Order: sequence, then C-alpha cells, then structure tokens
Amino acid sequence: MAITSIKNLKEFSTNNDRFEGAHTLCPGCAHSMIVRELMNCTDDNLVVSSNTGCLEVSTAVYPFTSWDTSWIHIGFENAATSVSAAQVMHKVRKKKGTLKDNDAPVKFVAFGGDGSTYDIGFQWLSGAFERQHDFTYICLDNENYANTGGQRSSATPIGATTSTSVAGTHSYGKKEKKKDIVSIMAAHGAPYVAQLSPNKWKMMAKGFQKALEAEGPCFINTVSPCCTEWKFEPKDTIAITDLAVDSLMFPMYEIIDGHELNILYRPKNILKVEDYLGAQGRYKHLFKPEYKHIIEKIQSDIDEDWARLQRREEARV
Amino acid sequence: MQDLKLKAAEKRGAHQLGGDNLVGWDEVTQGIVLTSFDGDATGVSHKKAEERNYSDFNSYTATVASWRVMKPVFNIDVCIDCQNCWVWCPDSSILSRDKQMLGIDYDHCKGCEVCVEVCPTNPKSLLMFSEYEDLGNALASWPEKKKKEKK
Repeated sequence: MAITSIKNLKEFSTNNDRFEGAHTLCPGCAHSMIVRELMNCTDDNLVVSSNTGCLEVSTAVYPFTSWDTSWIHIGFENAATSVSAAQVMHKVRKKKGTLKDNDAPVKFVAFGGDGSTYDIGFQWLSGAFERQHDFTYICLDNENYANTGGQRSSATPIGATTSTSVAGTHSYGKKEKKKDIVSIMAAHGAPYVAQLSPNKWKMMAKGFQKALEAEGPCFINTVSPCCTEWKFEPKDTIAITDLAVDSLMFPMYEIIDGHELNILYRPKNILKVEDYLGAQGRYKHLFKPEYKHIIEKIQSDIDEDWARLQRREEARV
Repeated sequence: MQDLKLKAAEKRGAHQLGGDNLVGWDEVTQGIVLTSFDGDATGVSHKKAEERNYSDFNSYTATVASWRVMKPVFNIDVCIDCQNCWVWCPDSSILSRDKQMLGIDYDHCKGCEVCVEVCPTNPKSLLMFSEYEDLGNALASWPEKKKKEKK
C-alpha cells in the first residue's frame, strides 16, 4: 500500500486533495477536516461509501459531487453493507482478471455520522464486521442528528440539550449516558479500533494509515464538533476538540485485535470538564445551581472511564 | 384500484404537476452517476488540482464565495509555512504547493476563520477582513508584533 509521508506537516501538505471544496457543509465543520485527512493519508484508489447524514447531503448536491474518488450512497443505514459488497466484487473480479488495472491497490472506506453508526446503521455495521470484510469504517461523531435539526442520538452525552431532549425547568437535557461504541466494536474482534480527534492530526493520520493497512474490518470513532448544534463560534472548532481531548471527554486510544488497548494521548494537565462544557451553548443550563450535580456526575463518569482505560491498558484484556 | 390512485393523486395536487404521466415504480431511473473528471481519471492522487481535468459535475467548478461575510487575508511576509492552516481548513481552500503556502482559494472559502485561529505566528499571518476590504489596504493595516505578556 502506498501510504503517504506524515513525518511532519510540510511533507503531509505535498499531497493532492481528493476532496474538493464548495461542498455545503457549515463553515467550520470538522467533518471535512477528517475526510480530507483520511484521503491524504494514502495514494491508493479509494472506494468510499457514505451513510445519509450531513456529509452525504452536503457533498452530493445535484449536479455536483465533491469526491474525486469512487463514492456510493444508498440509504441511511447501509454504508457498511454497500462498501462490503463493493469489496467482494473487487475481490472476485480481481480473481477473474476482469479489472481495468488488476494490480492497482484499492482501499475501501465507509463514513457514517453518529446517528447512522450508533443507532440506525448499527445492525448493518455489526453484520459487516462479523463477515470480516476488508474495509475501514469511520464514524464522524457529532453527538446528535445534525442533518435533521439536532435531535438526540445515542451518542449524545448526558446533560446536553437537543431539539428532542430540551433543557428547561423540569429537565436538564438528555438523561442517559452515551453508548461506548468503541468497546462494542472492539468486542467484534476487529483488528483495529480507535477513538481519534482531528486536533492531533498526526495521531489521527497514523491511526487512519494503520486502519487502512490492516486486513479486515477496522472502526475509528472521531470527534467532530458541530458548531451549529453544539452552539459555538465556527472558528473554535479546533479549540473545542483540544478541550474535549484534554478534559478526557474524548480520550484517544486504540484497541488492537479486541484486547490490546493503548492510550495514544495522555494530557499533561488534565482539564476540569467545566472548561469543555462551558465552551458550548448546549451545556449552558448545567451551570445553574440546581443542575450542579450533573456536572459532578459527568466529571465522576469521566474519571471512572479514564481509570478503567488505564486498567485495561495494563491488563491487556 | 386505478381510480383510487388517481383520486389520491388529485388530492395532492399531482395532477397540476403533470401527474397524469406518472411512471410505474419499476420504470423509474434508478440512481444517478456523476463523473468527477472528463476522460481518464487514473492516478488522480498524483496530479495537482491545476493538472486535473475536472468535469462540470465536480464541485471544484462551483463556488460558495457568496456565503462569506468576512474573508481571511494572507500575509506572505509573516508566514513560516507551518501548514497548520492547510491541514485544518475544512473547505480545501488553502493553496499549498511544494511545502509552501501560496494563498487562499476565494472560490471555495466560506470564511469560517479556523485558519486564523490555528495560525501560530506573531502577528498572525492570516487575519479576517471585511469581504469588501481592498487587499492592499488590508496588508497595509497589518498589526505589529505583539510583546509577550509577563505572567
């Protein structure tokens, strides 16, 4: 596989973008940062499939496409299914020798938002992982159904206000905890599963390259701040991911073969979760005195998760 | 059955919209294919944007310049070519060739200001100005180097 150099940013920047501008994602959306980075990680031909979501509707506004690679979209839930079908077809045609260029390396990638990964497309994703297709699934986790107006998804963290879990006098927003999708996907025995963040571009690029190189299904959950629904200024996208990673709301780690957990980034000064919550409009209500216990609960959950991750890293189970 | 269908169509106003010529479910054109390039697209990852043969369907040929209220202006004298703006630009609008930052693609820039935020130089080599500000005026009014504040 022809991976590109990610030694430093200057070398990385010599890659030629295969994801074009003039898509209609919001200004400052992190989706396109992640997609661009993935497509610059390799020189190989790519077959990309997208679930319905912000990324799909904004990059394929008829009569335009923003993709310089093969790109498929079928339904809300089946990016994993369609890309695995394409992968099998490629395998068969390669065997028969009916491809235009039989030796050209091809990588298969699927993109999904958190709604189509955690909820609607989960069954299809799980099936594709069980069938051991050789593809990489990337979840662009913006913690709500941003495409349809910011409804709650099972990726929405506790305490966040969304258009279907509105905070007010009787409610503090969503009441349930976020699903631990990374552990669920690692339990499928996938060769490479990771949680990454675009502010650490090198770690993310390394993770993408590992996933593309690995044989078998790989899953990567990436934090993708949504300036529209998280309610912050578009220019702060990278600053928010910094806070998310440094407050351990999104710890960066990888799980190899379902058991070998490595923590990729340990913040030097771990920030209080208030810094992360306070930077976004969707958590504004939590700073009222009556909802103070929710912030304490979020903080204790994070501490528990971090301790659990460290124990898992040591124990290798 | 057929009558029922037509009545329902009338109710929805499909009649006025040319609903009489409705096609069956198995006659509808299934899906659509848009080609990103005219002709052969082999080895596109090794070609720079100016060497590629974009088709009219490629969004590279479209523009979102009208979304912008403020525009980033690039000052080449201050730039250290760190490429932070290139890696984090969500709209592929930073023109970077041979490890050097050359400028901004104003056809695709939406003015999100991410590039200004991630710029590490002092003063910043990218700053936001009004969309109608003259480029020369903007560069003339560039701020001086700030002294570090003592903690």
